[in-house]
Amino acid sequence: MSERPAGTGGLTVFPSDPARIPGFVQGSIALRGPAAPEGITPDPGRPLSAESLMEIDRAIANYPDRRSALLPALWVAQREQGFVGTKPMEEIAGKIGVSPAFVAGVVSFYTMYHTKPVGNHLIQVCTTLSCYLRGADRMVEHLRKKLGVEVGGTTADGKFTLITVECLGSCGTAPMLQLNDDYHENLDPIEKVDALLASLK
Amino acid sequence: MLEKLLLRNVGVPGSTSLAVYEQRGGYQSLRKALNLPPESIAEEVKKSGLRGRGGAGFPTGLKWSFMPKDSPKPRYLVVNADESEPGTFKDRLLMEADPHLCLEGFLISAHAIRAKKVFVYIRGEFVKSYRVLHGAIEEARAKGYVGKRILGTDAEIEIILHRGAGAYICGEETALMESLEGKRGYPRLKPPFPAVSGLYGCPTTINNVETLANVPFIVERGADWYLKIGREKNSGPKLYCLSGHLKKPGVYEAPLGVDLMTLVNEMGGGLWRGDRKLKAIIPGGASSPVLTADECRDVPMDFDSLAARKTMLGSAGVMVLDDSVCMVRALERILRFFAHESCGQCTPCRVGSSWIHSIVKRVEAGAGQAGDCETLLDVCDNMIGKTICVFADAAALPAMSFINKFRGEFDDHIRQRRCALPEKA
Repeated sequence: MSERPAGTGGLTVFPSDPARIPGFVQGSIALRGPAAPEGITPDPGRPLSAESLMEIDRAIANYPDRRSALLPALWVAQREQGFVGTKPMEEIAGKIGVSPAFVAGVVSFYTMYHTKPVGNHLIQVCTTLSCYLRGADRMVEHLRKKLGVEVGGTTADGKFTLITVECLGSCGTAPMLQLNDDYHENLDPIEKVDALLASLK
Repeated sequence: MLEKLLLRNVGVPGSTSLAVYEQRGGYQSLRKALNLPPESIAEEVKKSGLRGRGGAGFPTGLKWSFMPKDSPKPRYLVVNADESEPGTFKDRLLMEADPHLCLEGFLISAHAIRAKKVFVYIRGEFVKSYRVLHGAIEEARAKGYVGKRILGTDAEIEIILHRGAGAYICGEETALMESLEGKRGYPRLKPPFPAVSGLYGCPTTINNVETLANVPFIVERGADWYLKIGREKNSGPKLYCLSGHLKKPGVYEAPLGVDLMTLVNEMGGGLWRGDRKLKAIIPGGASSPVLTADECRDVPMDFDSLAARKTMLGSAGVMVLDDSVCMVRALERILRFFAHESCGQCTPCRVGSSWIHSIVKRVEAGAGQAGDCETLLDVCDNMIGKTICVFADAAALPAMSFINKFRGEFDDHIRQRRCALPEKA
């Protein structure tokens, strides 16, 4: 208890300077979403296609309040371009009736929207407890070596992006990974991962 | 084992198709329900004792009864299909393997609370669930089960699927509504409760997928029949998600109150390797306090029995850990999840969840300091009950249980500056 600030009567106070928090590791506060560091140099993307804009209009018609169509609209943009750039964000903001900053704030909250291009094959390995118990860390190591990228990186040819994610709700079929939209489960032994990768080339 | 209800169609060839579902008696409960006054369905569900399967175990019929009778505003049913609690994968199975059972449950329940619109908030990663449900809705619409004048009656119910985009907190009902309204998923202060002011400020009921999948059976066979399954105040069938070090992990159906070790040994096939011993079980998803092997004997898996053991049934995500597991590292994995998923709205949670994770991480790495366990328990104490939603409690309670029940392992890590367990595959 020696590290606790004195005189708080048993209550822990949260010091304004995080460096003063016992055991606090600088930079360890999780920022939600991938946009935090990337936001400094945003990728503009392209204007949305007429087809996508129409699809967004159809989504808006589903809801009593057009703002509800924001997440669906972002999905449309990401499906068209592989990520949500600032240009589509502005277009969507106009359609939904909110500011571009509001849209960016929503994008950065949700982990599945990318604000920069990712590889054609986005490999997301679940490493939460149940998958960890069944060898998820070994699978990450294997993929890292096999693809020659660090976690979070994209191969030089732009084909593969490797990331680790929190629980994907596939704990009974661990270890597993999500490849773009699809789940690949029961990936033990590791040769199954090799076979999956081979099928993609 | 009793007759399978929730999983009765799972594994049947063509189980996702309307034809197979109808052939096996599907949509008969909806037919029956549409000819009953909505109040009588709600009353029957109340009488059945059905409790919410999303985690909190709140009585479903009681929740429905909070919907105001005379509000001029539209009324909504929101289905929580944002299954994200680590260790839980039952709703995904229901949606992927028996989408029409889900739809029938949604439609009857919407009728019971007089809602004309149902929003199904599906976890963003569950693309297959979305596609299967989407196909099922189109099939059901073509047959007159969805839309206007359902089966020739005056009933009108529209179902809208809405995809999330990766945020655990959106499984919290008020965060889910914020997200559905197109915002960041920040939980709202309660009261007002959703029944009074929910989606778009209108009367709203939010129920879990599995909860609503029970409703067609209650309508078909009655509350008295339903009450005979399970235990007192914990009635009905339940889907248990078994994961971790088992021979046969997966989703299993059993009455509420089934014995924990029966689940683990008979359904899950026991520990995956003969030379291992049971070390601990997390009974209800990552948010639930852990049980030591000794505590796992004679545990009825229902809401009240687990609450009496100072843990919870939660979403029935049963995670089994054998004796090769370092409990410090296991806790590190759990807390990493919570640190990542805190929405950041309340200080005790935003700072606390990252803070306890970073301390456990350093203890695990062999850089722990004397007093770390006390600091951890102290921070946890300052997270519990001090935030808008229960996320902070969900992070702090398991952390306290790991430290209190496996204190020796934490102390050994700090003293020896390393993990003493031999590395096992």
